[in-house]
Amino acid sequence: MPEKRIVLRNCGVTDPRLITAYLDRDGFKALKKALDEMSPEQIIEEIKASGLRGRGGAGFPCGLKWELAGKARGDRKYVICNADEGEVGTFKDRYILENDPFTLVEAMAIAGYAIGAKIGYIYLRAEYHYLLDLLRNAIGQARERGLLAHFDITIHEGAGAYVCGEESALMDSIEGKRGEVRYRPPFPPTKGLWGKPTIINNVETLMNIPQIILNGANWFNQMGTERSKGTKVFSVSGDVKKPGVYELVLGSRLKELVEDLAQAEKIKVIQIGGATGRIIPYDMIDTPLAFESILGAGAVTVFDESRDIIDIVYRTMEFLAEECCGKCVPCREGTEVMVKILERFSRGEGQENDIRLLEELSPAMMLASLCGLGQAAPNPVMDSLQYFRSAYENRIRQN
Amino acid sequence: MSEMQARSRGALLESLQEAQNKFGYLSSEILAELAKSLDTSLSEVYGVATFYSFLATKPQGRNVIRICKSLPCFIKNSQTIAETVAREIGIQPGETTPDGRFSLELTNCIGACDKAPAMMVNNDVHVDLTPKKLSQILKEYK
Repeated sequence: MPEKRIVLRNCGVTDPRLITAYLDRDGFKALKKALDEMSPEQIIEEIKASGLRGRGGAGFPCGLKWELAGKARGDRKYVICNADEGEVGTFKDRYILENDPFTLVEAMAIAGYAIGAKIGYIYLRAEYHYLLDLLRNAIGQARERGLLAHFDITIHEGAGAYVCGEESALMDSIEGKRGEVRYRPPFPPTKGLWGKPTIINNVETLMNIPQIILNGANWFNQMGTERSKGTKVFSVSGDVKKPGVYELVLGSRLKELVEDLAQAEKIKVIQIGGATGRIIPYDMIDTPLAFESILGAGAVTVFDESRDIIDIVYRTMEFLAEECCGKCVPCREGTEVMVKILERFSRGEGQENDIRLLEELSPAMMLASLCGLGQAAPNPVMDSLQYFRSAYENRIRQN
Repeated sequence: MSEMQARSRGALLESLQEAQNKFGYLSSEILAELAKSLDTSLSEVYGVATFYSFLATKPQGRNVIRICKSLPCFIKNSQTIAETVAREIGIQPGETTPDGRFSLELTNCIGACDKAPAMMVNNDVHVDLTPKKLSQILKEYK
């Protein structure tokens, strides 16, 4: 399947500083249609029927999330755009924000109308501070034209914490606290920011909304696989000739992305979904990219034959241990122990018992951790033990 | 706690970010003052101040260099970049130059993996780094 630009339709085409350029590309027509011709319930039905799922990694059905928040009782409701793109190897939201901030503003305004929220937040990671003026400019121009009369947007800057990309930690951060994960239930659509019904959507998820409103759910759900509709924007990095952002119809093969488009050669292993994602060997290059197989937030980092698998897993675990919020024991202690074990392997000093320890610890962390970070942290360990077990065995007591 | 109280406490992170921008770091005096003005405990203020990597509780240089060490940058020789910067300004990661011009940190993914290796100096992102490029970049920061 070829590249298809739905989310990225304006990127590199329009001037991201000018609302007039956006208006020339059907900008704010979807918002007008939503406000003039559709009830909030109709919008939610349309999003549900489109099959759109969250693009931040978890893949939760977007329409269902909106429906829960729409039906929830609350004197105030909130829309949050998660622009805390921190997953290792992900930069597609940065690319979207720097090229097309207006679509995001329009999408959030539609979301606000659909669930009955008057306030929206964009949680922007501290590392993307340089995008702040561009975003503020887009919101300001929309406001000046009266397009945000029913809904206003505030940008909230992060302060450097990967875990704040996790939705409950993100809300705690907006509330001014340490970005620690919350116990759930209750879930954000019923009890979110300041205890009020809240939807939190990834930048890319929201970017799909205006096009779905304009073209209809049936246009959207023609694309993709049974359980993965539409397109996905991928961030490709590592050992490739053409790193960058690519948008493909869901269900496209990994091979098309990394070999045909990004022009990778002599691939050994591919990490998909960043630190909490999966590690797969080259012989699985025909895997379709979809929620039912492998996807995450679309980070694809390619490693060629010169790379060491233990090193990849060790550095990934080091990242997770550093970024763990520290609230729950399985993640806080588990990632630290895994770092120690993997460090031993990287020095060629693995012990007989170590592989068994990793295999015991992994399911415990997956089962008992409070959020996606700890639940998914063992992924790279388990995957590498499955596909590259000999790399571990060779490092047992080499000295 | 009422929503109003929660909201006033909600100003904590923003207040810390403002103070960080104004004073360069969050001294214990600033933390104590904030605790008082927001009617919360010093331990809560300290807890938030030390949770986020862009907030500092000890003095930092006028320019903070953050070199990305995550995998996409690592395999594009971010270590060589870090070593070159360290040699050039004469300090190790975690340290500040005696003249207060630079602090050096290694950081996790900054979302510039398509142009690795990358680093940030203050709020600026510098990409496609080579040891050669570095001295020119560093000269820009006084």
